[in-house]
Amino acid sequence: MRVDSFRFLPRSFRPLYEHVAAPEGEMPWAPFEPRLAGATIALLSSAGLHLEGIQPPFDLERERREPTWGDPSWRSIPAGVAAGELGMCHLHVNSADVLADPNIALPTDRLAELAAEGVVGAVAPQHVSVMGYQERSLDGWRSTTLPEVLDLLRGEAADGVVLAPV
Amino acid sequence: MLARWIEEAGIPTVTVTMMPEVAVHAPRVVGVEFPFGHPFGLPGDVALQRRVLLTALTVLAGASAPGTRVDVDVEWPVPLRDAYKSWQPAEPSPIVAAMLARMRGEG
Repeated sequence: MRVDSFRFLPRSFRPLYEHVAAPEGEMPWAPFEPRLAGATIALLSSAGLHLEGIQPPFDLERERREPTWGDPSWRSIPAGVAAGELGMCHLHVNSADVLADPNIALPTDRLAELAAEGVVGAVAPQHVSVMGYQERSLDGWRSTTLPEVLDLLRGEAADGVVLAPV
Repeated sequence: MLARWIEEAGIPTVTVTMMPEVAVHAPRVVGVEFPFGHPFGLPGDVALQRRVLLTALTVLAGASAPGTRVDVDVEWPVPLRDAYKSWQPAEPSPIVAAMLARMRGEG
């Protein structure tokens, strides 16, 4: 089956996404060297998740004032997080299902099960949460969030990252 | 673009996406025909979440060339009309509200 990328998209939004060209330059490629059963895996979600009451939520007020702006910051989410500990800030999708079961966006429980079964070697201690709606330039992500996320991933010796935009 | 930048920094990535056609920047892509906000499936559907994650890990570890795309052959189990409505926020996002206002000639 070939996935229809536009099945759930309102028809009026379609021109915004059709005919997206690949960025210039060669596609980067980092070979995956270890056995999966020996690899440490991290997750990255763009659902705008934060630890409720512990981390600041993503800034939706500014986005409401400046609709072309999106909060470029990020949060680290501990691998053992429980569903009730997460909040979600994202004005472009309904958050009810993610809050009911965050595994649909950040599958921490499923990854932990696969690690316990030996399918993957280990779960990275911290996963990564960003809010997917961003300014077109992506300057905030590029200048601040990316280097900080890379520091985290290197610090926890992640061999690979599963990214899931929402 | 995060996938591309992380990959450029030397860490392998796989991107699970509802819009594989649009993820042309990402070196390894797993496509799912699911409503937005649901890259790993339905709440409580452990088997489906596991299937998507296992597919992603298989592609992460096994893809041999940049630009690899594998689609998950699962039809969303909720009728299209309901699924189409339920992923959308109660209010249009600020940018959509602004676009709608402009189309109506208000802005």
